Formats: sequence, structure tokens, C-alpha cells
Amino acid sequence: MPKQIHLAAHFPGVNNTTVWSDPEAGSHIEFSSFVKLAQTAERAKFDFFFLAEGLRLREQGGQIYDLDVVGRPDTFTVLAALAAVTTHLGLAGTINSTFNEPYEVARQFASLDHLSDGRAAWNVVTSWDAFTGENFRRGGFLAEQDRYSRATQFLETAKELFASVPAPEDFLRDPAAGTFAHKDDHFDIAGRFNVPRSPQGRPVILQAGDSDAGREFAAATADAIFSRHGTLAEGQAFYADVKGRLPRYGRERDELLVLPAATFVLGDTENEAQEKARIVRRQQVSGATAIKFLEQLWNRDLSSYDPDGPLPSVDPDVSDNHIARGRASVRMHRDPIAVATEWRARAEAEKLSIRELIIEVTGRQNFIGTPDSVATSINELVQADASDGFILVPHVTPGGLDEFAGKVVPLLQERGVFRTDYEGPTLRDHLGLRVPE
Amino acid sequence: MAQPLHLAVALDGAGWHPAAWRTAEARPAELFTAGYWADLVREAESGTLDFVTIEDSFGREARLDAVLIAARVAPLTSRIGLVPTATVTHTEPFHISKALATLDYVSTGRAGWRVQLSARPEEAAHFGRRAVPGIQEHFDEAADFVEVVRRLWDSWEDDAEIRDAATGRFIDREKLHYIDFDGKYFSVKGPSITPRPPQGQPPVTALAHADIPYAFATGSADLVYVTPAGVDDARQIVAKVSSLPHVFADLVVFLEDSEQAARDAKARLDELAGSPYTSDASIFTGTPSQLADLLLTWQEAGLTGFRLRPGRLPADLEAITRGLVPELRQRGAFRKEYEASTLRGLLGLTRPANRYRQEAPVA
Repeated sequence: MPKQIHLAAHFPGVNNTTVWSDPEAGSHIEFSSFVKLAQTAERAKFDFFFLAEGLRLREQGGQIYDLDVVGRPDTFTVLAALAAVTTHLGLAGTINSTFNEPYEVARQFASLDHLSDGRAAWNVVTSWDAFTGENFRRGGFLAEQDRYSRATQFLETAKELFASVPAPEDFLRDPAAGTFAHKDDHFDIAGRFNVPRSPQGRPVILQAGDSDAGREFAAATADAIFSRHGTLAEGQAFYADVKGRLPRYGRERDELLVLPAATFVLGDTENEAQEKARIVRRQQVSGATAIKFLEQLWNRDLSSYDPDGPLPSVDPDVSDNHIARGRASVRMHRDPIAVATEWRARAEAEKLSIRELIIEVTGRQNFIGTPDSVATSINELVQADASDGFILVPHVTPGGLDEFAGKVVPLLQERGVFRTDYEGPTLRDHLGLRVPE
Repeated sequence: MAQPLHLAVALDGAGWHPAAWRTAEARPAELFTAGYWADLVREAESGTLDFVTIEDSFGREARLDAVLIAARVAPLTSRIGLVPTATVTHTEPFHISKALATLDYVSTGRAGWRVQLSARPEEAAHFGRRAVPGIQEHFDEAADFVEVVRRLWDSWEDDAEIRDAATGRFIDREKLHYIDFDGKYFSVKGPSITPRPPQGQPPVTALAHADIPYAFATGSADLVYVTPAGVDDARQIVAKVSSLPHVFADLVVFLEDSEQAARDAKARLDELAGSPYTSDASIFTGTPSQLADLLLTWQEAGLTGFRLRPGRLPADLEAITRGLVPELRQRGAFRKEYEASTLRGLLGLTRPANRYRQEAPVA
């Protein structure tokens, strides 16, 4: 039997992948949008629905960034409500380990797991910046180098709480059930965890770090890891790397799934799909957006530049970042001057304007083609161990998954690489993961 | 004809009597399922009650997170208000604000909040971050917490999302506001990540038994639950909180077809528990008709409504919706159908203006 593919639906995010100007684009806040995407994913037998989170609105040049979707609901609350309108779909959300406490988060996930009959998943993220900290009691208390140690101990503590409790009736009958005491560098807590054991034992743990520390954290603790490596070569390298770290923790290869995020554009012919993809890219990168992207590398105000003109001749400002705050991709360029030089050379050689250049160098769609060719590509990547499946990111809310669900999923099912129905009720069942002791 | 009363029910586990889960009818294994809670809230909605509250705490008693229970039942109900308990002592105002705003979205305007302080050392030990503060300081901090939550709810003006294709702007950032709260206990910058909720400000409620909490409630809440021992006591308490639009009295209720049967039912539970049940609120044992008499008498003290705590669930809830409610309706003292689609609407509260909204200057 060929390797089975896992698929998840990412609710479109607050970044320029999401095309809010599309005439079909709906609300990012009204519950009906979440219902629509989740029910589409469940009809297509997806493994889970995924909701990201950011705890401060992004800013650029000292002002709230206004060109992308802004605003999102509370992760836990939406997932709990979605449990009422779905029956099998996993419900995954990002929850930060820096601006929360283990007892509270463990209660919320155990509650969600009960209220969804075993469908909860937690994407554990860390942040450390004082910018986000300004929204919280403790401020920016955590040094960047301590974020993984806090995240690791946060998760270990939560797992201890999940493991400390028996099933509901035993919990009610035994006043001593659920008692715990935990002390480490970050947490010193004791008492009784007050949510009885949930259907999955604990939520499925997801992790998205790409750094060496992030990969190690995932290998040690996660059930699945997100990645940005959706191509064959990069995917295989990442896959081999993280799976290779598992034996160190006494874990088997199938105990950590690798699930890259992926975008897609479908057409009736290859040419039509390519043409649609080109249009989507232009929607995603407007002239104004291109200037903002350029500012993030240049670390300067470039608002006077014409997006249809050439790149700035001035070099990036390599002092501390003061342009863009609160976004994950900020300053991922470790050597801005070298990147700028490379971009200028490319723009000159290919006669690209600022906007055209940004369209070329920022994220392209992963899968572009007919339903048949996209199904083939996805399956080849999974069978070649470049991934165990994909987190699909539609670019239109909430209907952006409809075409994939209606046209690509049946082809994967025909080829025997994707389920035609759910085999069990819990997310662990869908992902082939054991219930922890 | 009596003035219409407002009625809420306080849901907690198998009922407020600590032995309620031990009775033959109780199904303790189901207390942690969505179906159990959905059945209770639908029952309350069938009686056109204003809202349900859902108890919660960080203490040792087994409980699911109340905000998540409310969110889970929101799509299964359409009119009844959903008022979960959320604790302010060990939590982040930023998280609580967006959670309640989101509950308001998923329930299309039916969210409320019961503010709770956590004073027990055992709860503080679950967080390991701080000792329990002194009482005045504790309530001062709670007032700051509610202020921050309210400011965050207003930190987006209602029409901040513009989706202006011509300029490429999704929002008008002039309509988003830093709240810049800088208090004695914490500071919060804002704005919220979640737009202003449908009700603008979901109703804030608090239980109070003494002067410091009364002052907290009048300064921070829209509705206060009080625990009078009788009608005279109620009159004295109402005088202290009369600036609030709503004062509800809490009552624990055991309801049967005869007064004797109700007393017997409570006595059986007391026996299972090993001691007589006592409560901060008055305990009523009797028939739905007797309870209607009592509520209408107490109402004369200036109470606008009652929050009934069923001793046993679902038995005493069903006695409320199927016994008490018809009795009150017959006396013209309770609604026959829902007259509004939001919780503020049911409570007769208008949608408040946004504190950050600046009217355009007159030319």
C-alpha cells in the first residue's frame, strides 16, 4: 500500500498571501467564514483545520500595517465553536508559550479536547519580542536565547498536567487524583490539575520552528512539524534531517509527521493555471505592498520610490531594525547588503521593476496546474519522502479550498493515497498517532 | 400586573449541591461532554431565560474552561445569553478581552462575562507567579483588568475595516486605537487583535457580598449578583448598588411538586454529602409556584432579576423552565418569547458608543 497523504486546511492568514480584494473574499472575523472553510475541509476528509495567531498588530514605519488583512479572533474560542459544526475534523490552533502559563493553557486544551470528542491540536510557538510583550503583564521578559528553553519546559509541564489526571468518574471519586508538583528553571507550580483526562490523553502537538533549536524541539516533543520546504530537494533534506533526529529521543520515524505549508492555483489547462497564478501574484503584491517588502530589507522609508521604477541605489540600513515590527518574516535576511546587491543585479539583467522583482523573489505558489497534475505533484512529493502531506493555504477566504476539495481530493482518493472516509473519531486516529500513556 | 423579571440560571457541574453527582439520576461521566452542556443550555433557552452563567475556577474542583463551554454551545442556540466565568487574578486582560469578543462573534451578540477574582492560595500555587493580594488591592487590580478589557473592546471602531481597493488599504488605521493603559499593576498597549464585538461591550457581571465588592461592581460591571437573606436585606443591598442598571439576587433552588418533597430531596443529598449544604446565597426548597411568590415579593426591594442556582442538574433547571416560567408568565411577570437577539437587548441595554470615536468636526 502506498504512503497515505495527510492534508490540513489553513485559515487564510493576516499576510499578503490572502487576497482580500477578490470579489469572492469574505469576512475574517464573522464565524460563518470559519464554518464554511471547516465544513469544506471536513467534507473532503481533511485531517485538520488550522488557525494561526499573532498577539500584536503588525507595524511598519511606526504605523499599523494596513495593506493586508488585519484582525483575527481568539484561537481557542473559534475552535471550540467549530467543534459544534463539525464531527471529525481535527481542530488545531497556535498558542504562544511566552505570554501564557502552563496550567491555564493545559486546561484550555484539555477542555477543547473534551468538547470536541478528541480533536484538539496545539501548535506551540515562542516569541520573545518586547513589542508583543507590551500587550501583556510581564512585558518583554524573555531573552531571545531563552525562548526554546521556556517553550520546552512549558510543554513538558503541560504534558505532566495532562498525564496527571484519570478519567472523569475516577477523578470525581478520588480527591487526590490529579495532584502534581513541578519545578524547573521557568515554572514552580503544584496542586491539582482540574480537568479529567481528555479523549486523546493530550492534544496533538504541532511545531513550526525551522532553526536548529526549533527542529530539535520538534524532534523531542512534537507529533507533527510544519515547514516552509515544499519543493522536492529542500523537502527531502528537511524531512531526512528532522526524522534523523528522532532516534535520539527514542522515537520512531512515524511518530513525527512533516507537513509543509503549501499554496495552490488550479486551472482547466496548464496554461490557464499559469495565467491565473500570475494574476494572483499581482494581486498579492500590489505596488504599495512591493514598496513595503523592499523597506523590510532596506530598513528604510522608501515611500517616495515608484514601484514600477528601478530599485534604490542606496544600500540597506544595517543598524537595528526600526521599520517593521510584529511579523515573523522581518529581518530574515541575515546579510541585507548582499541580498540587495543580488536583487539589483537580477532586476537589471531581467529588466524588472521593484514590483516585478518582489513578485519574483517572494513566495510563489507551490502547486500550479490542472487538478490531475497537482494531485500527481502532491503524491510524488509524499511518496519521495519530501513530506507526509501538506497544510494547504487558500488565498481567498472562505471559499478558496472549494476547488481543491472538489477536484483534487477525488483524484488522490482514486489513486488510493488519501482516505475516502474517516477511520476513527479523533485527530490521533487521522494522523496514525498513538494515545500517550 | 407585575413588572417583568429577568431570569438567569447558574450552571455548575451536576448542580450546586456538592453531592448532586452522586444521585442515581446523575451521569457523572457525561459532565465533561459537549452534549451535556448543550442539553442544559437548550433547556434554559426553551424557557426564554435571559442568560446562563457557567461557573469556573482554577481550584481543585473538576471543571472545563467556561468560555470554551459557552463557545461550544453558541452555534447550537440562537437567543439565550452566554455568560461564562473568567478569572482576572492570574490571567491576561489581552487574552480575556479577545476571547469574550470572539464569543460575542460566534454567538452573534449573546456574550457576557462574569468577572471572578481568585483569592485562594491553592489557585495561586497552580500559577506560581504571585501571592494572593490583600482584598482592597485585589479588587483595585480587578477594576484595572476590567478597564483594560473594555478599552480593548473599543480599540477598533465599528467601521475600521474599509477594504478600500483604490488605495489598497484593508483598514483605516485612524480608527484603530492604542489603549495605552499604564496602571499600578500592569500596562497594556493595544489595540486588540480582534475587532470590536457585535454588542460593542458585552455585559460585564459580578457577584458581590460586601462593600468592597459592591464598589467594584458599581464601578466596573453592568449587572451585579447579590445574596440577600430576605426582602429587607435585599432593600439595603440594592441601595448600595442602585447606580447599576441591573441587580439580580442569587438563590439556590431545590424544586419539587410539594414543599415536603423538595425538603426531602435536599435532605437526601445532605446525607450523601455527610453534612447539610450551606451557601453564600439563600437556599429555597419548595414548589415552582411558591418560588414565584417569593421572587415577586423580593422584586419589590428593587431587584431587577434573579440568578437561580439549581441544586441538581438537570432536575431543578427543568423545574425552572417547565414550572416556574409558566407560573411567572401567567402572572404577567416574565416574557413569553424572546424580544431581542442580543444579550444587551434582552437586558434592555443599548449598544454603547465607542469611547475612542471622535465625531467629525462640524465644518
